[in-house]
Amino acid sequence: MSSHADVPATPTTGTDRVKRGLAEQLKGGVIMDVVTPEQARIAEDAGAVAVMALERVPADIRAQGGIARMSDPDVVQGIIDAVSIPVMAKARIGHFVEAQVLQALGVDYVDESEVLTPADEAHHIDKHAFTVPFVCGATDLGEALRRIAEGAAMIRSKGEAGTGNVVEATRHMRAIRAGIRRLTTLDETELFVAAKELRAPHDLVVEVARAGTLPVVLFTAGGIATPADAAMMVQLGAEGVFVGSGIFKSGDPAQRAAAIVQATTFADDPAVIAKVSRGLGEPMVGISVDTLPDSQRFAARGW
Amino acid sequence: MSATPPERVRIGVLALQGDVREHLAVLTALGAEAVPVRRPEELAGVDGLVLPGGESTTMTTLAVRTGLLEPLRDAVRGGLPAYGTCAGLVLLAGRLLDAPPGQPTLGALDVTVRRNAFGRQAESFESRVELAGVPGGPLSAVFIRAPWVEEAGPDVEVLGRVVGGAADGRIVAVRQGDVVATSFHPELTGDTRVHALFVDVVRQAAAVGRAVAVPSGAGAGAPDPGGEQ
Repeated sequence: MSSHADVPATPTTGTDRVKRGLAEQLKGGVIMDVVTPEQARIAEDAGAVAVMALERVPADIRAQGGIARMSDPDVVQGIIDAVSIPVMAKARIGHFVEAQVLQALGVDYVDESEVLTPADEAHHIDKHAFTVPFVCGATDLGEALRRIAEGAAMIRSKGEAGTGNVVEATRHMRAIRAGIRRLTTLDETELFVAAKELRAPHDLVVEVARAGTLPVVLFTAGGIATPADAAMMVQLGAEGVFVGSGIFKSGDPAQRAAAIVQATTFADDPAVIAKVSRGLGEPMVGISVDTLPDSQRFAARGW
Repeated sequence: MSATPPERVRIGVLALQGDVREHLAVLTALGAEAVPVRRPEELAGVDGLVLPGGESTTMTTLAVRTGLLEPLRDAVRGGLPAYGTCAGLVLLAGRLLDAPPGQPTLGALDVTVRRNAFGRQAESFESRVELAGVPGGPLSAVFIRAPWVEEAGPDVEVLGRVVGGAADGRIVAVRQGDVVATSFHPELTGDTRVHALFVDVVRQAAAVGRAVAVPSGAGAGAPDPGGEQ
């Protein structure tokens, strides 16, 4: 079956297929938060598929408070220059100019992230307007589909970043996957109601119901701190893993990073996970999500 | 060769990371038995191997760390048919440019490959590409932070080049014996023709290999697919 009819005759950038295509290449991999070029090189050597260039990891954003914004372009540029793997960077929710700046810097993916302080309390960025692809967080299927409708080329479950506590990542991944499974059981009439309940476009709801999967790659994020955490999320349906504070807030970042990479590839093999989990030193100190006041819950940001 | 190609061949897909599922699906749709390969013992019994798209540094790091790199190298240098897309082309190359120092490769193709040659993600693109040996008109080709072949040795057949744009004329598809590689990702576009070409390469090679493997010369009555060690 030839399908070239819908493909441009000459090289064309920024298409949906090209934007979603990079996420397809990241599947089965680990994306690591880094704040310096040295950390970026450690991540690349450990087998990261991409790095997230930041000024502060989520645990420090949490600890230090204040307004969290896009990183200094010098930080992002230094990390871009340090590694050959893709570099992502975070823009505030709704802050389309931060996203424009990150695109101009040459980042490979923009994360419109709830970890930063939102810049717009009603609107997310119109991501169709960009050549650079976007990844967005979601706590459930409706939120994921709203982001995809706005042009997100990749979704990550939000979790609760900077806690080292996987419980929210588990909740959100289960919610997204259960939402998809439920859609596949509905008839055509019921799908109209489902679209209304999900607050998502009907055509996208129908597409997911037929395919039994999101039309973009689904990663997990927010609280993953150990190889076993990563493997559990993969077994729950994540196609890859973001690790934020969990690596460079631990005792031996290089070894922990390598172990989480291996646990993601061999997520279904407990013997491998046992082996790589030995002698990793101290994990990051976690925070119980129950003790967080609502104002400090990042996952509630996003509409 | 008079050996009859087997009906069904077993093709492994290197499954350390990347768009493994898409390759498995295309190969299965074409009638091959497609199996993921993450461990050295899973290489035994495959008639061919696909090296998928993904991050070549990640796949290489994992292959080294898990002891898979040497068995992979032995297999493809020993004549196992292989098809690499994007990162798979990087893995199969003899020489690399713009790679982290010391990144090992399998050395199955006498080519020099430049990583991320077209640029960063903003320069990723799709286009139509004409491939020698693939009938039915141009292919839909998606290039994601793709490599290109900077130099090809005398035994390497150039199958396709980019047409138009800043990289006009760059080599993006090659073949050397039973090893095929493309800079782009046919597994992402629903166009199965390059995979069909590779499955055919694997069938022919399996027919010859199985004919040789049966000393009595009863090649046509070859062992059942996948039953071969």
